[in-house]
Amino acid sequence: MAKLTKSNLPQFAVDIFQNEYLAEGAREVNAIVTVTATGGGTSAQGISYTDGPDAAVVIMVDCSGSMDYPSTKIRAAREATAAAIDAVRDGVAFAVVAGTHEAKEVYPGSGQLAVSHAGSREEAKQSLRRLTPGGGTAISTWLSKADQLFKSRPDISIRHGILLTDGRNEHEKPSDLQRVLNRVQGHFTADCRGVGTDWEVEELRRISSALLGSVDIVADPSGLADDFRAMMQNAMGKEVADVALRVWTPANASVRFVKQVAPTVEDLTERRQESGDQSGGRRVGDYPTGSWGDESRDYHVCVQVPAAAVGNEMLAGRISLVVPLPDGGTDVLSQGLVKAVWTDDLAASTKMNPQVAHYTGQADLAVAIQEGMDAHRRGDIDSATSKLGRAVQLAHESGNEDTFKLLAKVVDVVDAKEGTVRFRKNVSEEDSKTLETRSTKTVRVKK
Amino acid sequence: MNQLTLSCPRCAQPVSEGDRFCEGCGIDLRNTAPAPTAAPTPPQSPPAAPPFAAPAAPPQAAAPFGAPPAPPQATPPSAPQAAPPAPAQAAPPFAAPPAPVPAAPPFAAPPAPPQAPAGEAAVPADPRAGLVVGGSPAPAHVPGATGDFVLAAPARLLISEAEDAWDQAGAEAGAAAGSGTGPEADPVDHEPTEVVPVIDPDAGRVCVGCGARTIDADGYCESCGRSQPRPRDHQERALAGVCGVSDRGHRHHRNEDAFAVAATSRPGGVPAVVAVVCDGVSSATRPDEASQAAADIASEHLLESLESGAEPKAAMHAAIMVAAERVERLASEGPLESSRNSPACTIVSAVASEGEVTVGWVGDSRAYWFPDDRSGSLRLTLDDSWAARMVEAGLMSEAEAYADPRAHAITGWLGADAVEVEPHTTVFTPTVPGVILVCTDGLWNYEESAAALAAVVPADARVRPLEAAQDLVRFACERGGHDNITVAVLPCLPGPTAAPVPTGPAIARPQPQEG
Repeated sequence: MAKLTKSNLPQFAVDIFQNEYLAEGAREVNAIVTVTATGGGTSAQGISYTDGPDAAVVIMVDCSGSMDYPSTKIRAAREATAAAIDAVRDGVAFAVVAGTHEAKEVYPGSGQLAVSHAGSREEAKQSLRRLTPGGGTAISTWLSKADQLFKSRPDISIRHGILLTDGRNEHEKPSDLQRVLNRVQGHFTADCRGVGTDWEVEELRRISSALLGSVDIVADPSGLADDFRAMMQNAMGKEVADVALRVWTPANASVRFVKQVAPTVEDLTERRQESGDQSGGRRVGDYPTGSWGDESRDYHVCVQVPAAAVGNEMLAGRISLVVPLPDGGTDVLSQGLVKAVWTDDLAASTKMNPQVAHYTGQADLAVAIQEGMDAHRRGDIDSATSKLGRAVQLAHESGNEDTFKLLAKVVDVVDAKEGTVRFRKNVSEEDSKTLETRSTKTVRVKK
Repeated sequence: MNQLTLSCPRCAQPVSEGDRFCEGCGIDLRNTAPAPTAAPTPPQSPPAAPPFAAPAAPPQAAAPFGAPPAPPQATPPSAPQAAPPAPAQAAPPFAAPPAPVPAAPPFAAPPAPPQAPAGEAAVPADPRAGLVVGGSPAPAHVPGATGDFVLAAPARLLISEAEDAWDQAGAEAGAAAGSGTGPEADPVDHEPTEVVPVIDPDAGRVCVGCGARTIDADGYCESCGRSQPRPRDHQERALAGVCGVSDRGHRHHRNEDAFAVAATSRPGGVPAVVAVVCDGVSSATRPDEASQAAADIASEHLLESLESGAEPKAAMHAAIMVAAERVERLASEGPLESSRNSPACTIVSAVASEGEVTVGWVGDSRAYWFPDDRSGSLRLTLDDSWAARMVEAGLMSEAEAYADPRAHAITGWLGADAVEVEPHTTVFTPTVPGVILVCTDGLWNYEESAAALAAVVPADARVRPLEAAQDLVRFACERGGHDNITVAVLPCLPGPTAAPVPTGPAIARPQPQEG
């Protein structure tokens, strides 16, 4: 495993879980890749920041007129932002942006990032009085502003945004937002939070997915401060940015999908960037994973390979983690091999790997919830009931208790094992939004 | 030198006539017409120079036991270095003519078999005199090299298939460069103009799947992903008195069989040869490691015991128990796949010394006895298997039992999951010349009974044991190669005091003596 020169960078370990045995004629190879980063920032002690900031954060707070209805929202947003500022480490560059139909710098202003210390944090908190509601919502302008601020410090590699909104992105076309997302993705990561129940889960998820961050609901504004503090602490734990999952596949093979499956489901298939030497038909693609602290994530990689005769063995994929180096090259942090072995032993080829089975179920669970809630919105109760019934079954089987509890607030579970459910009569908007937002949260395989 | 003049049609790696697979790219040479390379060898090279053909025996060798079997086609003119025309060195390895019987007749002092070419010099055969290490994975065919090693009368030589053939390739390539200076140096002249290429074992490996020269450190093609042939895919080892061949077969992706062959001398200079064959249990974790570990340690332990004077039967029992402990330990030495059992393998071993053969086993790998005339062929082992138990208990006929899907479920093995390892041992005293065959089920699946298998064992197996082992492996591959195949052949002659016994029916099965 390659080591980076900075001592506080985490070490990456790659573990592959798969059943490499394929029946004659089979072509699909599935593997779960567990990536674990250890020994980095959150566990390293006594790191000195004298050599300059190693991270930058921009907090984007929705200040549209609706934040005043009820006014607890804007007050909670101010308190939450103050809590987040308190969690910014000394030496980290930061800024606060007020978002409406346009973006305004609240702190420090003049297109700069402030460097965090007790004084600047206090100043920043004082300036939060300027977070006043009024105006519309055009999130692309907030993201553009954040991007511009991060660009003022190109020497900082870990760049993270926190975005809070309470409503729909009403004052611009979806295509405007998408265009800006395409432009800024890869520049920084961002966690998104919806406060209240008037925002669009899909819209916010599109932003958090593009920016490789989390999305969640904070239905009750009083919960914002804790959530913001936790998000900021998480951001402060990041020690290495722009890590990519590199997937090598042999000639005549294709990647069917690459999904992050834990802690949440995130399809990365379309995020592929071709990389390196593509000669000889082999292909190497990089899938962005954003910034890493001490943490573990699982990926499901599915490769379609050319069929081979029984007794053959091939390398179906080589999975590595790479980080860009200042000189434009990349450093390979760790790697694992995905294999394909064709056998006539049915017992071997039909055995599904437990990890693959588990995460296939978790991904199906997320889809079943999303489709079920979508059907419910359209008024197709039969379809919604059937989808959520399946979701209940999957959540029950896999031991995903959190999701099961969220489901049980929306449907009455008659028989979890069979997936028999009835829609509840008065489902609160908050409960259905929470279920939909957290549908992608997975649990790890039971050992 | 005739072996040294061919090259692989795909990657131009030099190959020998006897090779079945290309050293460089692993393609099956039997299906391709090898093209001669520009080497100064007469085009009338014999079509099948035996891989066993050894170069000149070192001067200190008392008897050139490792000399070529000298079949008629191994004509000295075409292989001047491999078989210098000194008559003493053209003696068949296992069939010394009876004339000068040594004072203490060695185990393999036979009457000249009918196949032996007439006019061969009579030399007392001493298994320790010359040892030949051969086989296609070891590129003994580097031009300028002396071919197979010939070692002079070592006290002991243990060869197991664990050796990395690629390392060996490097070593031998180096040896090739230094040819003419070492003790094994071939005194026979090189053509002064002969080009002796130095082969870098790491360079220019060509993918067997797509032909790209991009093999990664993990042994896969960087381009098409194809797994490249591994040293263990095909292994051959030959010593005087015992030969072994192991092959992956056609349907398994790796070779989970392992074997070791060795020769030593017991106190008083009594020669002994050892063969150990193990078959990794496919449904277990790391079966390839289990079989290799068991074969290695059992062979090593047998040699130590025999050298220190232990009786073969006691040595056999102890060696299998040591192997069992070794395989059991493997379970804690590496990752265990949750859905698989602990590392496990079968074992069968034969020790031949003083005209007596001691066989020990656990599992369903077998030993057979095939006298030269093949009448009275015997299976010497009784499987630890479901089918054998059914037959033994009288619950099913042999045909019924072996037709059952459970037939091959083994009831005894080495490994942490084994309830209790009970090695079986039996002692067999041949009264006529013949061979002991030790094999995994990759062979006997195709001809189960001793009589049926006898028909497949080449008639000259005793004088050409390596070729016999190769033929038997080829036979299993041609019949489908559904499993890994390992065959060891031990040529045997009756001891001087052996009383003649009537030859029994071919299907006779000795009752193994529990040890």
